[in-house]
Amino acid sequence: MTLILPYAREDAGQPPSLHPPYVSTVPRSPRQPLVRIPQTLTELTGPAGCWDNLMGESLFDLTDQHLARPLGQRIVVAGRVLDEQGRPVRGTVMEIWQANAAGRYIHKKDQWDAPHDPNFTGAGRVITDDEGRYRFVTVRPGAYPWGNHHNAWRPSHIHLSLLGPAFATRLVTQMYFPDDPLIEIDPIANAVPSPYRQRLVSRFDIETTQPDWALGYLFDVVLRGRGATPLDPEYGEDDHHD
Amino acid sequence: MTEQVNPAPRLDNQDPGLFGQTPSQTVGPFFHYSLPWKGGADLVGQSDMGARPELFPEDHDVLNLSPPRGAIRGETIILEGVVCDADGKPVPDAMIEIWQANAAGRYASPDDDRTDIPLDEGFIGFGRAATSEEGFYRFRTVLPGAVPGPGDSLQAPHIAVGVFARGVLKRLATRVYFAGQDANATDPILALVPAERRHTLIAREAPDKDGGVWRFDIVLQGEGETVFFDI
Ligand SMILES: [Fe+3]
Repeated sequence: MTLILPYAREDAGQPPSLHPPYVSTVPRSPRQPLVRIPQTLTELTGPAGCWDNLMGESLFDLTDQHLARPLGQRIVVAGRVLDEQGRPVRGTVMEIWQANAAGRYIHKKDQWDAPHDPNFTGAGRVITDDEGRYRFVTVRPGAYPWGNHHNAWRPSHIHLSLLGPAFATRLVTQMYFPDDPLIEIDPIANAVPSPYRQRLVSRFDIETTQPDWALGYLFDVVLRGRGATPLDPEYGEDDHHD
Repeated sequence: MTEQVNPAPRLDNQDPGLFGQTPSQTVGPFFHYSLPWKGGADLVGQSDMGARPELFPEDHDVLNLSPPRGAIRGETIILEGVVCDADGKPVPDAMIEIWQANAAGRYASPDDDRTDIPLDEGFIGFGRAATSEEGFYRFRTVLPGAVPGPGDSLQAPHIAVGVFARGVLKRLATRVYFAGQDANATDPILALVPAERRHTLIAREAPDKDGGVWRFDIVLQGEGETVFFDI
């Protein structure tokens, strides 16, 4: 069969599993070292072209799911999904979820005393086009308090989930906004070492902004790309797992 | 009229000097109304396995119901278990994903082009399940076939697993193997795992049931910690 090049390993911008300022990582992160394995057909493959069947139809306008428009600042979020070589990742699914403009999720376990918006669910999914582009319409989510430490507030963020072409490229992340002072004091954003944390901060863009309608933000997602060597030089040694 | 231009750029996502892998972030506790669709944990039939619609109001339900399935060959199995943390406490807000070959050992992926091995119409091999309040997850799928490994090796039947949760900053990748498979002894990936930890990757068939129910608990930390992979 065709030889598939392995994907790059994680780069220096990925957070560690254990980041004690984010308290929940303490009991939920492994203490044993990860066992490094070569990427096999299992890791190099993934579902494709079946998103409608799996998850349902594309849903790019989060402001158009109910009888009326949701409250809040309407925004457009657009960008590309690329690999590390800058090539577009085509036809891949990006799933989106977020709080409403007041910072409240529709989730029943979100007990913060901010209002629900009957016209906002906060969930969508988009598929990238042949140039890797995506675009969705929503409202800017509000900041919300959480129980991590005294006076802890999450910066405004949109949760993003991408599969990419393979098991190895799977990514769940969060997008932040450029004018938000809470990013600098957020233990989740700061689990990502500087300066890579700024990869998670979108850019306000006047070209994406639509006159008399919505502010525009640019956010590109970069998934692990195919490396240059077909064979993992470490495969076959077994002195690296202890 | 003033021309509209972008304000001076700050260090952000669009900065060419920062180009590289987008960092991972936790899935958080509130993903249930978006990610685990109804039927997402049922890879062979039509059901609502995998979702937790009780966690959000019905009129906000945007979750799809699993589609009709085609003819799927092989032995149908249940794969189930509990996710627990360092204190042995169940994790009620985890999400498990699986990816596997069909019973003949073919992945339904454009990157598996071995056309001599049949695909099954309707079997995608990807599934997603939210854990219950008791930390419990359950998939219905088929026992996968063996797939090629590095070089000329053959991998024992296995399912790739991804674990997400509040407090998990990046996906934890592991694998399920099946007790009693002769090929486990020569599997090239199991061979990389210290012998005393291999058992954490091997599902056991539940003795008190009719068969076909495989138990695979996931321990995030501590005694019996599951082996997670750097892939
Ligand atoms: Fe959130």
